[in-house]
Amino acid sequence: MARIIVVTSGKGGVGKTTTSAAIAMGLAKRGHKTAVIDFDVGLRNLDLIMGCERRVVYDFINVINGEASLNQALIKDKNCPQLHILAASQTRDKDALSQEGVGKVLEDLSKDFKYIVCDSPAGIERGAHLAMYFADDAFVVTNPEVSSVRDSDRMLGILSSKSRRAEENKEPIKEYLLLTRYSPERVKLGEMLSVDDVQEILSLHLLGVIPESKSVLNASNSGMPVILDEKSDAGQAYADIVARYLGENKPHRFIEDKKGFFGKLFGGK
Amino acid sequence: MSKDAQKTPYSPPALEFKSSTFSVPVLVISSNDLIIIQQQLEAKIKLAPEFFKNSPLVLDVQELNKQNIEADVVAILEVVRKLGLLPIGIRGGNPEQNEKALGLGIPLHSIHTSTTTVDAKKTATPTPEPETKDLLQTGTTLITQPIRSGQRIYAAGDLIIVSQVSAGTEILAEGNIHVYGTLRGRALAGVQGNTEARIFCSDLQAELISIAGNYKISEDLNQEVRGKLIQIYLENRALVIKEI
Repeated sequence: MARIIVVTSGKGGVGKTTTSAAIAMGLAKRGHKTAVIDFDVGLRNLDLIMGCERRVVYDFINVINGEASLNQALIKDKNCPQLHILAASQTRDKDALSQEGVGKVLEDLSKDFKYIVCDSPAGIERGAHLAMYFADDAFVVTNPEVSSVRDSDRMLGILSSKSRRAEENKEPIKEYLLLTRYSPERVKLGEMLSVDDVQEILSLHLLGVIPESKSVLNASNSGMPVILDEKSDAGQAYADIVARYLGENKPHRFIEDKKGFFGKLFGGK
Repeated sequence: MSKDAQKTPYSPPALEFKSSTFSVPVLVISSNDLIIIQQQLEAKIKLAPEFFKNSPLVLDVQELNKQNIEADVVAILEVVRKLGLLPIGIRGGNPEQNEKALGLGIPLHSIHTSTTTVDAKKTATPTPEPETKDLLQTGTTLITQPIRSGQRIYAAGDLIIVSQVSAGTEILAEGNIHVYGTLRGRALAGVQGNTEARIFCSDLQAELISIAGNYKISEDLNQEVRGKLIQIYLENRALVIKEI
């Protein structure tokens, strides 16, 4: 049985798709057969971030409607053969997703894959609901600012009450906090919530902190998940997160101001 | 030392009789099939094992006797004990059953004590709340998970939350509200007009607090009470916020 991971946040623009792409690639790179599904029907993005937009023939909705088989719709990643992408439909909307349909697709994928990463759309409506409904683990992506934290809190409430696990009275979804676009310098200046502030409000297990980084935008534009950029801080942060998720013990990085003694001395960037 | 010396007014009394009322679960039996009783009781206990562990219990056999079903109270009590409950009384028994119970050292309770049905009286909650345990006889609702933004909890009696209450939540109780954690949402106690209701919390950062319709909003709250154990109650129709 596959482990189903939902990457969710409530708020838009916090880094869900970037995270989904990076995490899925990270798991696949480690040899686990992984599928990543774009649930943002109508506003599909994941294929762009994964760099496979020109190879989309069939999408998630086609599979749900029985117009294509899973094998026809799954796109094999060009960097990693263990990774498969199921793109969203750009021409439909979220109403095309049905609970039975999504359940069936996930069940079929479960037979073949070790991990299934569900990239949730923003909001708490149908698309987001179905993305998290079948999940075993939830990566709650949060930016260090109050509105994002509030929305994450709302999403956590939904995860604990409206998921399949909650409805069937099973062990609850495991929830992890991913703090993205973090800037220790701005925290120091009091312009941004600190890791501790966010954890106090959400009381959630911190899986990792992704620093604000130019490499994320570069990676998105070039269609390469940022985790493949091993030299970048964000890429390393995602690699750490995958390792921690798989049970490795990695100390947290990128929380402290990284400028050392010399950096402060010369004030360099 | 003479005997009289022992009776000096200065020697502290070694004992004292006091009267106290307790809420004890009552187990109403309506079948004499021991296996079915055991199975169903086990299932109930599984729902809240910590609550039932070593819990005192009064056995009610009135229903059985009403329907003229013969029942072996000794055997039933044995089943109850086996499942980790501690029977401390029986009620509604016929003379024979009462005698057997007394023989086991189980006291008799009269039947006309208030038999309020204690079914979960939870009312509509738009967002289903995290796992709540209704502490049966008291109508107290216990919640051990964080209350997340957007959730709304209504308790017909007291509400105890052993976790944090996030901003953007609403917790309502007809009785008292206890929050053992940070209270950031809206807390309304005594919502059916009980002016004696109180709110207790260990860190008050609430958006709004209200007792029986008398409310204060966050802006009017004194920041100095933050992070302290406090209680809120009504005095002359005004809310009093006090450190405990």
